[in-house]
Amino acid sequence: MMRRIFKIIEERFFYGLMLASTAFLVALLLFIVLIILYKGLPSLSWEMVSQTPKGGYYFGREGGLLNAIIGSLYLATGAVVIGLFISLPLSLAMNVYFRNNKKLVNAIRFVLDLLWGIPSIVYGAFGFTIMIYLGIKTSLLAGIITVSIFILPIMVRAMDEIMKQVPLTLLESAFSLGSTNTEVAFKVVARQCFPGIVTGVLLAFGRGIGDVAAVLFTTGYTDNIPTSLMDQTATLPLAVFFQLGSPIPEVQSRAYAAALILTVIILLISVVTRFLSRRYYKTSIK
Amino acid sequence: MNQPIISIKNLNLYFGKQHVLKNVNIEIPQNKVTVILGPSGCGKTSLLKTMNRLVDLHENVKISGQVFLDNEDILKDNVDITRIRKKMGLLSQKPSPLPMTIFNNVAYGMRINGIKRKRKLRPLVQKHLIEANLWDEVKDRMNDPASRLSIGQQQRLCLARGLAVNPEIILADEPTSALDPLSSTIIEKQFVELKRDYTIVLVTHVLRQARRIADYIVFMYLGEVIEQGPANEFFENPREEKTKAYLKGAFN
Repeated sequence: MMRRIFKIIEERFFYGLMLASTAFLVALLLFIVLIILYKGLPSLSWEMVSQTPKGGYYFGREGGLLNAIIGSLYLATGAVVIGLFISLPLSLAMNVYFRNNKKLVNAIRFVLDLLWGIPSIVYGAFGFTIMIYLGIKTSLLAGIITVSIFILPIMVRAMDEIMKQVPLTLLESAFSLGSTNTEVAFKVVARQCFPGIVTGVLLAFGRGIGDVAAVLFTTGYTDNIPTSLMDQTATLPLAVFFQLGSPIPEVQSRAYAAALILTVIILLISVVTRFLSRRYYKTSIK
Repeated sequence: MNQPIISIKNLNLYFGKQHVLKNVNIEIPQNKVTVILGPSGCGKTSLLKTMNRLVDLHENVKISGQVFLDNEDILKDNVDITRIRKKMGLLSQKPSPLPMTIFNNVAYGMRINGIKRKRKLRPLVQKHLIEANLWDEVKDRMNDPASRLSIGQQQRLCLARGLAVNPEIILADEPTSALDPLSSTIIEKQFVELKRDYTIVLVTHVLRQARRIADYIVFMYLGEVIEQGPANEFFENPREEKTKAYLKGAFN
């Protein structure tokens, strides 16, 4: 009898604990979104997303954030494109070419996990050192390179985790038809894992576009929209960082608007990711 | 017996320390259904996968001995394994179509062999789907993903896909074990039909299936070949004690 009562109490307790944790998390998300909306929404206007700042981003009361929006999109897109050219072949190599060399593959995974754990400010400092060494000034290019290094481990490991799941029978049937490693990698594994690759790319895009530390020393900051890779560029996270500290309320509200726009971009990316991966899941073999 | 298409000499296979195939010597006749028979875990599948060197995909594999296909030892290091594999189509226990449309599944093998034009591919895809007895069911849905087919249809699609690389041999690893009785019968009938043009090597642990379609039997137990010979001799006059026991249902 006591045992039974104890079981019931135990059930209720953990059920309650789970409910409370879930509620806490949802409330936290809502709270963040509400704060950003409350602070950012009033200052969000057509000018904000269609104009560059007038009279300097730190003191100018007029103008908007177009420089940072475009800069961020350039930066994240460039970094993801570079990242894709390295991460896709690498993850395919780990799961097709070297699949029998478990020691090598595990060593690569270990290195990637270490890289993943390094804080982005370290990448920023690293990028800065490389720039000085190569004699490149702060620029969009330097930012793209730094961010691409920073998101590379994320992309590779995201794709790798999906490719690990490819059933051996699928590999066997592809090889049994006389495919080479390259054909299996690009025609079968890459296609089977397409949803995972898209997810990896968008995840990395989200991380890249939202990070401030990697670009703090490398992109510079400017009121203008970059027209070449060697131009300095503004980004949304930097716009938050620099403008929130301004004593001028109009400039501060621009920071909140930047935070809002950044959040919306990232939310959009997650929604698109989910939609795409569900769509392409159909042709994958379960 | 006519000239064997595959002959295996002193084959030993290890997965790590596990001795999976023990000094296997067999000959597989051309244009016949050869059934590799034996209880589960006796090394049948490993033997089959050695014939097209799919065992290469596993870790810690050690092989010694020789496997001659058309008088060429395919276990040698300098053999172009993709060319060898194109001589054999494989059907696995669970059908595993490629993650693409029905059409592209069959066309895949021809594309990697250099036939790229849709106009050339289309009649060939149709021909092989007819050979695999699937054409009537899929002709109106060639662009559907292969994963939408039923399991029985998927297995026949895999057969068509295998036939499309123009193999000499069809290797089948318990191809009906995941199928319903009707689909199994279709596949079995298809094998008997196909042996005019192909050599078929079928792995099974279903004795009745072996009785129905085998011309030649290789009986294995715990990694060793116990007995091999023409099917009627094997079933009517088994020589070995273990074979007799197996045929009576002593172990399965």
